[in-house]
Amino acid sequence: MPNDPHAEIARRSRRSFIVLGGGAAAGLAGLWAVNRAPADADLPPALRTVLGFNEKVVRNTLYSNDHLVKEYPASAIGKIKVNADYGLDDDIEDADWRLQVTPYGAAEASAKLTIDEVRALPRHEEIIDFKCVEGWSTVTQFAGARLSEFTAKYAPGSEKAACVAMTTPDGEYYVGLDTPSALHPQTLLAYEMNGAPLEAGHGAPLRLVIPVKYGIKNIKRIGTIAYTDTRPKDYWAERGYDWYAGL
Amino acid sequence: MTLLEEKHKLATRWFHWINFPILSLMIFSGMLIYWSNDVYTIGVGSLTVFHFFPDWFYDATHIDHKLAYGMALHFLFAWIFALNGIAYFIYTVVSGEWRELAPQAKSFSEALQVMKHDLGLKVPMPPQGRYNAAQRITYSAIVVMGFFSLLTGLAIYKPAQLNWLTALLGGYEWARFEHFWLTMGYVGFFGIHIAQVIRAGWSNFRSMVCGYDLVEMEKNHAE
Repeated sequence: MPNDPHAEIARRSRRSFIVLGGGAAAGLAGLWAVNRAPADADLPPALRTVLGFNEKVVRNTLYSNDHLVKEYPASAIGKIKVNADYGLDDDIEDADWRLQVTPYGAAEASAKLTIDEVRALPRHEEIIDFKCVEGWSTVTQFAGARLSEFTAKYAPGSEKAACVAMTTPDGEYYVGLDTPSALHPQTLLAYEMNGAPLEAGHGAPLRLVIPVKYGIKNIKRIGTIAYTDTRPKDYWAERGYDWYAGL
Repeated sequence: MTLLEEKHKLATRWFHWINFPILSLMIFSGMLIYWSNDVYTIGVGSLTVFHFFPDWFYDATHIDHKLAYGMALHFLFAWIFALNGIAYFIYTVVSGEWRELAPQAKSFSEALQVMKHDLGLKVPMPPQGRYNAAQRITYSAIVVMGFFSLLTGLAIYKPAQLNWLTALLGGYEWARFEHFWLTMGYVGFFGIHIAQVIRAGWSNFRSMVCGYDLVEMEKNHAE
């Protein structure tokens, strides 16, 4: 019998199980490669590369400053928690607080603004769903100046920079932003929350509200703003999170 | 006489065996993410019957405090999961294989018969093609679920850029809830699927690997 079915299925089965085993080994090797990292790495480099790739895809295909996040009625406002206080250790008075602005191309800060100089800009209000990277979200009202209008007034020409860097006055917390997201019409330098002046725990006197990003980018108590082409360091990106963190 | 019969096409087997480890990794990395806001429970009113997940589960699995790593893994394997799933769908439609798979009008009443039969009741197995009625329904449902996992996942991943999709799925929090329960659906499917594979025996499992099985044919038919 030329084609004994028992011999034939044994042959096919042997071949297929070898392929399956080889595939499993290749898969495990791939997983090993994905996870390979120096002991002090916050995230395996291969995964960091994938996050960068995803960022490129999103920025080239999906992202637009015409895409606005949903706004809610006042009745939807919830009670947002104070989730972190990095960079908020010192007690400061609003009167002592200054915002240092370093425009694009400048070596050092060109302006040290008072809160009144920020308040002098047109006030915008929004009720948005504030989203934490942890997975929870709370509808919250914020009011403040658009970062785009702030930039046009206090750092004109800085829109050309690729990135915006912000730090707390003590430098303990810091975020890096891509300029398109920073200039999004719903990105605010906020001094009011839920109809009241911003509380200390939520970043008084001035915090960033950038609803196209996770909460980790919404830095509290901003001390410095700089416009730069080099990607600024970012507190949570140094701890394994996506630098872009866009929504 | 004994003949070789093709049970599963090469493409189907590749899609299946790629999907299995990738979906497992998606569930694993998804749990690393879920841990940081583990809000879902089964219960009535204020009475919680089961909390996803209890402390003993976290203690046993050590999936806690790995949110960043979980997100990075999830957004890598999501690509493979999506591309493999889309390729499978296109293949199934174009090749005509869907005819063996899609539920028919009679599938829903027959599926009940299949279930009773499988549970050991003295109900005869209805005549079937490659897949029985219960398989047609579940294997089609799992494809639809996969599609919704992709959609709900995108709705949570980019709720600002894809705000229309997030809204369509009931909003951000609903999309996360749906994403979670679809995943629980896979876990349930997996349990039943493995039990059925064990019950069906070795030659059935082998056919999912090599594509073929042996069948007995009457001589005068075969010759």
